[in-house]
Amino acid sequence: MSKSFLRLGAQWLFLLLLLAGRGARPACAQSSPSDATFVATLGELRDASFADKDMIIDKLAMSGHPNVRAVLTALAEDRLYSRNDDMKVFIVKTAAGEDTTTLDLIDPVTLKSAGPAPVDNLNKIGTNNHLRRLLQTTLAQYGLSSPDAAVRLDAARSIEADLDESNVQLLKQRIAVETNSRVKKEMATGLALAALDGSDEQARLDAIATLRSSVRQEVLNKLQSLVATSADGSYAESDEKVRNAAAAAVKSVTHWRTFYSGVETLFFGLSLGSVLVLIAIGLAITFGVMGVINMAHGELMMLGAYTTYVVQVAMPNHTEISILVAIPAAFLVAGFMGILIERSIIRFLYGRPLETLLATFGVSLILQQLVRSIFTALNRSVITPNWMSGVLQLNDALSITYNRLYIVIFTVIVFAGLLVILRRTRVGLQIRAVSQNRAMARAMGIRSEWVDAMTFGLGAGIAGVAGVALSQLTNVNPNLGQSYIIDSFMVVVFGGVGSLWGSMVGGMSMGVVNELLEPYAGAVLAKIFVLIALILFIQRRPRGLFPPTGRASENQ
Amino acid sequence: MARQYTLWISARRDSGTGWFLGALALIIVVVPILNLAVPASSTFHISAYGLTLVGKYLCYALLAMSVDLIWGYCGILSLGQAAFFSLGGYAMGMYLMREIGPRGVYGDPILPDFMVFLNYKTLPWFWHGFNHFWFAMIMVAFVPGLLAFVFGWFAFRSRVTGVYLSIITQALTYALMLAFFRNDMGFGGNNGFTDFKDILGFDLHSDRVRVFLLVLTGIVLGASYLVCRMIVSSRAGRVIRAIRDAESRTRFLGYRVESYKLWIFVFSSILAGIAGALYVPQIGIINPSEFSPINSIEVVIWVAVGGRGTLYGAAAGALLVNYAKTYFTSTIPEAWNYALGALFVLVTLFLPRGIIGLVSGRVRKPAKTQGFPVPAEKPEQPVK
Repeated sequence: MSKSFLRLGAQWLFLLLLLAGRGARPACAQSSPSDATFVATLGELRDASFADKDMIIDKLAMSGHPNVRAVLTALAEDRLYSRNDDMKVFIVKTAAGEDTTTLDLIDPVTLKSAGPAPVDNLNKIGTNNHLRRLLQTTLAQYGLSSPDAAVRLDAARSIEADLDESNVQLLKQRIAVETNSRVKKEMATGLALAALDGSDEQARLDAIATLRSSVRQEVLNKLQSLVATSADGSYAESDEKVRNAAAAAVKSVTHWRTFYSGVETLFFGLSLGSVLVLIAIGLAITFGVMGVINMAHGELMMLGAYTTYVVQVAMPNHTEISILVAIPAAFLVAGFMGILIERSIIRFLYGRPLETLLATFGVSLILQQLVRSIFTALNRSVITPNWMSGVLQLNDALSITYNRLYIVIFTVIVFAGLLVILRRTRVGLQIRAVSQNRAMARAMGIRSEWVDAMTFGLGAGIAGVAGVALSQLTNVNPNLGQSYIIDSFMVVVFGGVGSLWGSMVGGMSMGVVNELLEPYAGAVLAKIFVLIALILFIQRRPRGLFPPTGRASENQ
Repeated sequence: MARQYTLWISARRDSGTGWFLGALALIIVVVPILNLAVPASSTFHISAYGLTLVGKYLCYALLAMSVDLIWGYCGILSLGQAAFFSLGGYAMGMYLMREIGPRGVYGDPILPDFMVFLNYKTLPWFWHGFNHFWFAMIMVAFVPGLLAFVFGWFAFRSRVTGVYLSIITQALTYALMLAFFRNDMGFGGNNGFTDFKDILGFDLHSDRVRVFLLVLTGIVLGASYLVCRMIVSSRAGRVIRAIRDAESRTRFLGYRVESYKLWIFVFSSILAGIAGALYVPQIGIINPSEFSPINSIEVVIWVAVGGRGTLYGAAAGALLVNYAKTYFTSTIPEAWNYALGALFVLVTLFLPRGIIGLVSGRVRKPAKTQGFPVPAEKPEQPVK
């Protein structure tokens, strides 16, 4: 007991020492002589003319002080100020806006907070276009030697915009010691772009060979300029070999860019399809398994979306994880509502699908008005957590937004979960038994009424979960469900009633076809085409892609 | 001659018909008198707004009857009937737009205002002919009829029935709504048609024209009722009811089920189109939201409330529900959606034969053949 206490104590002591040491380091750095010159050089910026600033920036860059990069970045972003009281130069935390009154200062030497200061007491150190370009290159040069590969990559990219002799030399130096393959490739692209403007034929051909593997728009533009013809029909590029190589390279780059944009369209289609699948699989259960036309399905999704909103309001300090809490909450809320609907209305209407359609439509009106009465008809904003926003850049021609990616993953998880419930659990077994042969299932001792309630609750719960996803995609308002109900019915009917896989395949293919048509026809027309195609498809194959088979299908 | 005789007999036998036609006659006599003859200061005076309202209800009654004809008698639950209604309305609207002529805001003699606004240079091809009233009237029946024919021809031949048909009709009207919302379609986009001036040279805003349109709607409704009545009490009507109750058996007996369904569907769509054409000049606007699927479903509930399988029940349901809607939305708007929702649920659960079923306790024929099948006797009903 006491031993462990001792050890704990020792750990704490160690931690404290470590923290103290960290705190002490800038303090001793302050006394180094180069800091004094650094501060002095910074001070010169205050009253310098633009031409002088040019020189000062060079001087700063040469000084080799560890904070040069931070200071120059601040200057480039208009965040470098001098204080009128004591003529000291400071970095401010955020650039001043229209109605900022105080700014948080950062000491340029220690990079620690130096407290706030009123705007009136501060004087911005201005830049002009020329200086900003100089800063950009200087920063890029700094960035090339950064220990962080991502920073080096950015630096290599920005340096490509300004390929003068010194930068080319710099790239040549850095590429020799570069270890990261992506950064290296980016540098090689930059060098190749520079070499294209040279006069050595072999170097230019090599450069084109290097550039073939790039898929960037800038590279394509550059290559295209080599094969372009001027107004009188003569080629802008006189060297035929280079021209031919460039033409081949243009073809190759265009080819790959088309390929990647195809991949992107496919992905967009899959993510749209995922939304369709998500909104449809709950219905695939209530409609497909139970034969109930649940027009309130959309409203159950709306309840899920509002649950997300309520959960988010209930835990204001945890916006990042509130959506994770919302998923089970939405499942329970919508599922409970589903069971309520089933027990109070639908159980009297089994075997009469058209009547369930009318009754549940009534329920949908009531639910809509209920939500309108409680939350008003205004849009409610559901915050997208940070980890769900942003873009995943796979390469220069292909980027994927995280929220689309998460939708696809989420759909796959929900779908798999549903399959597991239906195939691997006792309740799933009973659901399947009742849907296949109710009388026999009852004879085997299955409480069919309870199973009905559970089945409907499951379908409704999944609608609620879909609502959580929809809250991230559209406005959360009482009409949210209405706009999706027809889509979800079309998916289920297209896929084949009673077939979960049918809904999956159906929804995904609808999404992909929609995205394929969109560039040619526009969003609305694409949707109309898909609807018409589906209507025609159902005319040809009334039972959908995967028609139900066996005894259960005879009742349909 | 013989046909008329049968009609008369059936009307005599069926007291509902008498009540319905009587009530209708009362409406189209009393309402105009209350508007034109009674001074505006009197409490009995019906304003132009009131006239429009009654006219609207009568159009809805005709629409409800068209749904009842296919749903109540043939078992086809179309959730796209509003599409035919709107198409008829749009055909009428196109005539009324052309009739405005150079009196529009932009003063273009040929192009309607919205086309000038959207930079159309010439009239789209499908707008030609709509400057003639007779052409527009043909289109009012032809366009919905053609759509119903093409759609029904495919659907019924492929034996798309029941719920599947309901869902694809719903998709149809949804697709049409999306299409009509587009500005490029040449139908005015989401603003639709409005600011009509006159019809056949008569000012649409004058009370006399309003009264005339109201009376016309009443007469058309009555005439349609008689025609529908004739159809359902004819031999073909018996086959149609047989299809509703046992489709496969009727087919095995040698009847061409598809043809019967198709023609009744086309006829019903034309009725809906006519209802739409009467609706537009009275209301003074038509826009794509008329296509919205919820409208079609609402029509179904009018029919269900009134009593399906009785044509006058459908009309009565439309009048009743819409009067309730007007009343509720003006007094307690919040409550209307609750009331409508509850109406859907309660009527489905407790009044499978609607209000008419409740009122006419003295049904001569057993419910089994006359009304909608009583739920307990349906074979699909699971054993509990």
